[in-house]
Amino acid sequence: MLAFDFFAATEGGLFDINATLPLMAIQVVALTYILNSLFFKPVGNIVEKREKFVSNNIKDAKNKLSEVEKLEAELLSQLQSARSEAQKIVSEAENESDKLYKEALELANNEANASKEKARLEIENQTSSAREQLFKQVDELSELIVNRLILEK
Amino acid sequence: MFLNSLPTNFAALEVGQHLYWQIGNIRLHGQVFLTSWILLGALLVFISLGTKKMENDPKGLQNLLEFLWDYIRDLARTQIGEKVYRDWMPFIGTLFLFVFVSNWGGALIPWRLIKLPSGELGAPTADINTTIALALLVSLSYFYAGLSNKGWRYFEYYVHPTPIMLPFKILEDFTKPLSLSFRLFGNILADELVVGVLVFLVPLVLPIPVMFLGLFTSAIQALIFATLAAYYIGEAVEEHH
Repeated sequence: MLAFDFFAATEGGLFDINATLPLMAIQVVALTYILNSLFFKPVGNIVEKREKFVSNNIKDAKNKLSEVEKLEAELLSQLQSARSEAQKIVSEAENESDKLYKEALELANNEANASKEKARLEIENQTSSAREQLFKQVDELSELIVNRLILEK
Repeated sequence: MFLNSLPTNFAALEVGQHLYWQIGNIRLHGQVFLTSWILLGALLVFISLGTKKMENDPKGLQNLLEFLWDYIRDLARTQIGEKVYRDWMPFIGTLFLFVFVSNWGGALIPWRLIKLPSGELGAPTADINTTIALALLVSLSYFYAGLSNKGWRYFEYYVHPTPIMLPFKILEDFTKPLSLSFRLFGNILADELVVGVLVFLVPLVLPIPVMFLGLFTSAIQALIFATLAAYYIGEAVEEHH
């Protein structure tokens, strides 16, 4: 049953090399061409097409991303310049209003001082004129008194 | 007594017996061609089913075939190099598929149930003719690859680091096909024999782990054969500086 007659077979044996060898080689070469047209080419085409598609998409996305980043940076710088400009305008306006306030304050002070001075001068005038009148009356009175005294004598 | 009552065609081992076909003056091992035609037919049916309706979004079989294609491309690219791997990928892939399908087909299909007048069906790679044919094709391929890529400069490879290497490199041209063919032949035949002997001695349970081991060996041998073939081609087309 167990026929372990490796080399003993009348014909054949394990290392019986015959026309099977070249025919098998031809068969494998034919198989290579068949598999190439049936398997390797079509599958390769579709896989490489997809890989190209994917890599193109990735490249596109990267381009778009860099564009977006550029635009973002641009907008950011614009925003920054607008902000600084606004700050400048605000500070300018503050300075101006400060100046206006100071001017108005000075004007008001001057006016107040002037009217005070005027009032003072008037008061002084009136005082001096009143005093003069008083002196005059004193003189008259004193003359009257003197006259009366002289007459009584 | 008990042994005699066993179905002998189930457990008998026939080694070195062939189903001879006589065509004119030449003699062929018919069982090798029968199994290879059945297995390659199945492979081609499988592949044409998978590539019948190719879509950009792969489904089912196409997915599997694309995975296989990618696997073979990686193998060819790493061994042969970016420049010429495309030319050799179909050949490397065919070697891999042929050896893999032959090994697994021989191990998985219960060929013993089909009775032949002489010999028995089995893995085509368990026949020395098949493995020598494959190995010689690899030899021709790497010579062709080297000569077509570098012309006569291919022979610089033989004296590459120093001229002392010349005899060894010439020897290598003989040992490469020898080792390729005998490694595959020996592994697959040994696997079939071990499984056969174990099935004969203990027909239950015990042969199963050995059968799994055989499947593992078969796959590894296919990978080794394809990788070495690609490596030899890569070595032949490599530019020395």
